[in-house]
Amino acid sequence: MNGSALNLDRVVKSFDAHRVVDGVSFELAAGERVALLGHNGAGKTTLFKLILGFLVPDSGAISVLGAAPGSAGARNAAAYLPEAVAFHKSLTGEEVMRFFARLKGADPRKAMPLLDRVGLADAGRRSVGTYSKGMRQRLGLAQALIASPRLVLLDEPTSGLDPISRQNFYEIVEEVAAGGTTVLLSSHALTEVEARTDRILILSRGKLVADDTFASLRAAARLPIRLKVQGTEANVEEIASRLGGTRVNGRSVELICDPSEKTARLAAITALGPLVSDIDISLPSLDDIYRHFSGADGKGA
Amino acid sequence: MFTRILTIAAQEIRIGLRNRWILLSAVILSAFSLALALLGSAPAGTLGIDRMTVTVASLATLSVYLVPLIALLLAFDSVAGEIDRGTLLLVFSCPISRGEFLVGKAVGHLAVLALALVFGYGATSALLFASGAGSATGLIDFLRLIATSALLGLAFLAVGYVLSALTRQATTAAALAVGVWLLLVVLYDLALLGALVADAEGFFAAKALPFAILFNPADAFRLFNLSALGASDLVGGMAGVSENLPFAPAAALAAMAAFTILTLSLAVALVRRISP
Repeated sequence: MNGSALNLDRVVKSFDAHRVVDGVSFELAAGERVALLGHNGAGKTTLFKLILGFLVPDSGAISVLGAAPGSAGARNAAAYLPEAVAFHKSLTGEEVMRFFARLKGADPRKAMPLLDRVGLADAGRRSVGTYSKGMRQRLGLAQALIASPRLVLLDEPTSGLDPISRQNFYEIVEEVAAGGTTVLLSSHALTEVEARTDRILILSRGKLVADDTFASLRAAARLPIRLKVQGTEANVEEIASRLGGTRVNGRSVELICDPSEKTARLAAITALGPLVSDIDISLPSLDDIYRHFSGADGKGA
Repeated sequence: MFTRILTIAAQEIRIGLRNRWILLSAVILSAFSLALALLGSAPAGTLGIDRMTVTVASLATLSVYLVPLIALLLAFDSVAGEIDRGTLLLVFSCPISRGEFLVGKAVGHLAVLALALVFGYGATSALLFASGAGSATGLIDFLRLIATSALLGLAFLAVGYVLSALTRQATTAAALAVGVWLLLVVLYDLALLGALVADAEGFFAAKALPFAILFNPADAFRLFNLSALGASDLVGGMAGVSENLPFAPAAALAAMAAFTILTLSLAVALVRRISP
């Protein structure tokens, strides 16, 4: 178990004969940033609660930094930010930080710089009731970083944040991971996860259907690449007939090809020479890959 | 362990002191207490009894109504509100046991309640003592009133925690808290009174009634305070009961303590079973 921050081995959890988490196994190493994706009801929050020890798996084993979930050792080393947490309105940001620092057995004074780190230094003395949703979420993140945990679990941390706040948020996650802390976060926003995490786990109807880097998942999914060739109104017919694609508007032709044919197709397009004025290549996005693996397109896993 | 309990307690004191409902009830407590003290001073001289003692007898009745209300107001949100806000998950993911969590809440809420009592009743006793109407015995009566009121409050705090842990929804818990207050503080007495009227000389009045009083902390509180004052003749209402009891008045205090311990244990057991 040494070196592994979190280890799940064939974990099963059912509610009323409905398997919410169904045979999930994965292992997270120190300093990894991992995204847990899945639609509503895929079992993400249940998985978090199992890891925290709030729920006991029906079968299978979980080890949090070598300790049992919910044990003193696991709770000291792991931090959690629940989805849409709302701290008591009449408390100030600094009071919330001091409270959680004391609960975690940390020095409350050392927790204060974390407020600065999430950009709440000026708002620290104001009551949480006056905070915007983004500020509350950042306070939640600051709270999760108290006492330098080795495993941070974030449930939908960026929902409701504006793009700038999201970017700041992932910058902090990056810093934290650089210090050797493992970060597991769940999300709906796939595009932001794409560039900001090392590995992606996809949960679908309680089953783990993918566990790899974004690039490997894209290769494994073998989703078609979309090429959009732009010509002029005069020669679009000619381009379409020579490449065999479909015309999409007055002057463009769209081709759909397998990843393995990509270079051959591009060579054919460049061979057209001056007929082509521009080419647009759309690789499958994480949305497409997610749809593929979660089986939403009807032919996937 | 104590750091964590005190951390929760300090947080609850901070929240309690900023809660306008709690502030309002504390102000009402002080206002009623002063009013009763000033009005109650008229007949005292003629009876030759310590004015402070007379006032304490009236304040005991005030406590029966207001203290459970303040306690339930403080307690109903403790578990359900934290579930609603999502903070219970967060707190329980920290290295703190569920028992420590609830004990911390109780310590904090009791401190807020005690503060309201010391402030409200303290102002009254200081006023009476300063005006030369009181004696050392009167001061002891006041101290006993404040201490037993705090115990009564703790009993109802425990009831509040049980409701909060059972319903898991702050609004439902609030509604139930009002219902429990009405039941234990108002309707229970009416029911006993009704039974007494229906069966004045029979088995109920002799055997069941005294024990029925012990089961309700609000009644046990009133019984203990009035008999400790030796003032049942003064107040009249409880005279028939408190002089023909099959047990010592201290038993009422023990019954309150037992009720509190049992209810608090039930609340801890319920909170342990919550999977947030």
